[in-house]
Amino acid sequence: MEYITPAVIALIIIIALSRKKTVYNDFINGAGDGMRLLADIFPPLVAVLTAASMLKASGALELMIGCIAPLAEKAGIPAEVMPLILIRPVSGSGAIGILSGILSDQGADSLAGRLASVICGSTETTFYCIAVYFAKTRVKYVKRAVPCAVLADLVGVAGAVTALRLLGL
Amino acid sequence: MCMNWIWSGMILVSIITSVFTGRVSETVNAVFEGAATSVSTLISFAGAMCFWTGIMRIAEGSGVSDTICRIIAPLVKWLFPGCGDSARRHISMNMTANMLGMGNAATPMGMLAAQELDMENPRPETPSYEMCMLVVINTTSFQLIPTTIIALRAAAGSADPVSIIVPVWFASAAALAAGVLSVKMMYRLKRG
Repeated sequence: MEYITPAVIALIIIIALSRKKTVYNDFINGAGDGMRLLADIFPPLVAVLTAASMLKASGALELMIGCIAPLAEKAGIPAEVMPLILIRPVSGSGAIGILSGILSDQGADSLAGRLASVICGSTETTFYCIAVYFAKTRVKYVKRAVPCAVLADLVGVAGAVTALRLLGL
Repeated sequence: MCMNWIWSGMILVSIITSVFTGRVSETVNAVFEGAATSVSTLISFAGAMCFWTGIMRIAEGSGVSDTICRIIAPLVKWLFPGCGDSARRHISMNMTANMLGMGNAATPMGMLAAQELDMENPRPETPSYEMCMLVVINTTSFQLIPTTIIALRAAAGSADPVSIIVPVWFASAAALAAGVLSVKMMYRLKRG
């Protein structure tokens, strides 16, 4: 497993060099893309992390988690991850905010931390996607795509739980 | 739109709860703590994030995306049997950009494809099979390297931030398969 990352990086650089590409320039441009991405992420991150930290401090989060815990436990999901699952289909940066909260509160290598990471990595902002892709078309009955997309999300969450269990992580 | 209610709800519920739990001053302090955390979070994963988007740009520039496009061509043909060449090309580019984690490039390609499929749609008010497939594929994210998440995990002090890659592949593949099969079944049922 620890070889995957260096292998991918080396492979990409070697292919680019062998095709006489401007590796360094491309990297700099791409890193610039990253900066712009970060600039887009920041304002919603402030919004969600502030609201989440208020929820925690006021005791409201404990109450909510207490309510959903029995249900979540049945599904093999730590209750702390539930807010992430609920927000993920609606807001990408909101989900990133919640994820970073879970990672710092529960630890990145805890079950909650790993499950939250996998869920974030394997699902999308479903409703945002549906809205954007149909925006410039003549389609009126957008809802037709919703059941399939939601089903895919649920399978993604179930897949995340299963994958972590199978790999014994 | 939804975030209007979720975000306002989070703030208002916190304030109301804090009155009942007697933690008003803690909740007020949490505003500043949360705001400060968002800055430190951003800074802590900014470097890794930019590194990965840089690497992905090298991959794109060296023609890796063309290679992926060629590899997935048969798959695209199976998923979108009835669509025109131009739409199919945009769909391939959309899927490739998604795999490389370039959401910024994927979305415009996908929107172009959606508009082309719209033109080919005999009943423009209901989404055609191809449009539904395109949207559902885009609501599942098959990403080779989940860069943002790895960067966040590294920033949070994970001993092995990339350990989630294989489970992410597994879970996204499952989600993708479920999405694709359900669209195929839904439209097959309707055709009778």
